[in-house]
Amino acid sequence: MLIKQISIFIENKSGRLAQITKLFGERGVNILALSIADTTDFGILRLIVSNPEVAERTVKEFGLTAKTTDVIGISIPHIPGGLAQALSVLSDDGISIEYMYAFATCSEDNAMVILKVSDNGEAMKILTNSGIKILTDADIATLF
Amino acid sequence: MWNKAIETMRRPDMEALQLERLKATVGRVYNNVPFYRKRLDDAGVTPESIKSLKDLQRIPFTVKNDLRDHYPFGLFAVPMKDIVRIHASSGTTGKPTTVGYTRADLEMWSECVARLVMAAGATGDDVAQIAFGYGLFTGAFGLHAGLEKVGAAIIPMSSGNTEKQIMIMQDYKSTVLVSTPSYALYMAEVMAEMGVKQSDIALKYGLFGAEGSTEEMRAQLESRWGIIATENYGMSELVGPGVSGECIHKTGMHINEDCFIPEIINPETGEVLEYGEKGELVITTILKEGIPLLRYRTKDITRLIPEVCPCGRTSIRMEKIQGRSDDMLIIRGVNVFPSQVESVLLGMPHISPHYQLEVSKNGFVDALKVIVELEDSSLLESFSQLEALEKSIRHKLQVVLGLDARVQLTEPKTIERSMGKAKRVIDLR
Repeated sequence: MLIKQISIFIENKSGRLAQITKLFGERGVNILALSIADTTDFGILRLIVSNPEVAERTVKEFGLTAKTTDVIGISIPHIPGGLAQALSVLSDDGISIEYMYAFATCSEDNAMVILKVSDNGEAMKILTNSGIKILTDADIATLF
Repeated sequence: MWNKAIETMRRPDMEALQLERLKATVGRVYNNVPFYRKRLDDAGVTPESIKSLKDLQRIPFTVKNDLRDHYPFGLFAVPMKDIVRIHASSGTTGKPTTVGYTRADLEMWSECVARLVMAAGATGDDVAQIAFGYGLFTGAFGLHAGLEKVGAAIIPMSSGNTEKQIMIMQDYKSTVLVSTPSYALYMAEVMAEMGVKQSDIALKYGLFGAEGSTEEMRAQLESRWGIIATENYGMSELVGPGVSGECIHKTGMHINEDCFIPEIINPETGEVLEYGEKGELVITTILKEGIPLLRYRTKDITRLIPEVCPCGRTSIRMEKIQGRSDDMLIIRGVNVFPSQVESVLLGMPHISPHYQLEVSKNGFVDALKVIVELEDSSLLESFSQLEALEKSIRHKLQVVLGLDARVQLTEPKTIERSMGKAKRVIDLR
């Protein structure tokens, strides 16, 4: 199952992140994970949130360019080599990772990782066959 | 056609009319304007010595600073009691240049605008929304008078209050829009945001002016509005809008030659160039009474086209303004016109048609930054696509300008939207 991620184009201006996160706070949008990729001028903020539709509407109303994308969330053992194992099954099958980010949870046994890959369907199949747990919306919901 | 006799006049007849009016104008300023009396005396030109249109070239140029030096009314050729209207340039720096109109001038002005309005497709059946600012600026009053003359129903909206503009446009079923091209583009953006579609409005023609624009800009305006977009030209010093305007064939702007004699000169040397050659437009007003100007240097760069237009008008046309020598930036020794940048940007996907140029000094070296808004969210998927967009804009600018520019993508709506003339350049040097 795929998870909705929201990507927002933001300028590198001080206070911009504070502004956007404040908006989310006001609309009751909870942030579970985030990543920022940036250049000197701009960045792309990627978020996994409790309510992607509200989040997207909120930033668009604010006048920002934003897009919702399907990404894969996986749960892997929180041990040395855990991530490596998951990634190698993908690379073995020629699936490339465009970007990824991990996020902390309260669980001590598992770590969670968000993946954006070249082929979602194929990647899901490979991961499932390798016994790697794929997160569902329900799993995500329990984390908020 | 509004005035077929004048607009399709045979060339020899037009030239005879011009010569007669030129003689009268030179006589008038010689006798009534001390500044011109001295200028002409210094150049050894008397009104009687004007025998042919060629003799125009013996007359010295008039420049904007001459108007500034005689601010506000020093170049008026009639007493104040004969002046019935005063306008002024939008002059962003220093004193505005001030012009006065006699009753006959207002008549001539509306006549010139009536011709260009009809050439651009409008008739007495149209409902014309004027989104130029009413005030000292000549744009609104000029188009207003001309449209009124042809019998259109005028909505004097003035500029700004964009949501209301769209509402009125829908409710009153405006068929003609008058504005600057940049404001029309912004209005289209607001219309889309309001969820109003092309099919919800009745607009057929856009008459754009007061700032230059490119063919790419025209294409944007025509597709976003679903209209025929034409451009008209003028400046407050000469009369305001009405000097020239495009017909629906869009083959250049027909000059109202019975009122204005155009010349193209080499801006460096002042030498008069042949038809077809690119240079600075110089205009002599030959019917104006309030403030006639001899060989006024417009600083606008264009070309004159003498061939007859498919519309049947015999007037000489001027090409779209390719830039004002005023607007020209010299960056690292390279001449750059904002219009060149516009022609690159407006052809690009993923970005909005709004842009700004920022020129700064990095040590002793000039740096050009081109700021554009990212409009298309599909590129957010991958950073490399965004970088590729930046790279491709940069590459195209390099090809057109011969100059390396930094491209900055910004969030939508960060570039200030203008209700009048857009501010395209920020020079920090």
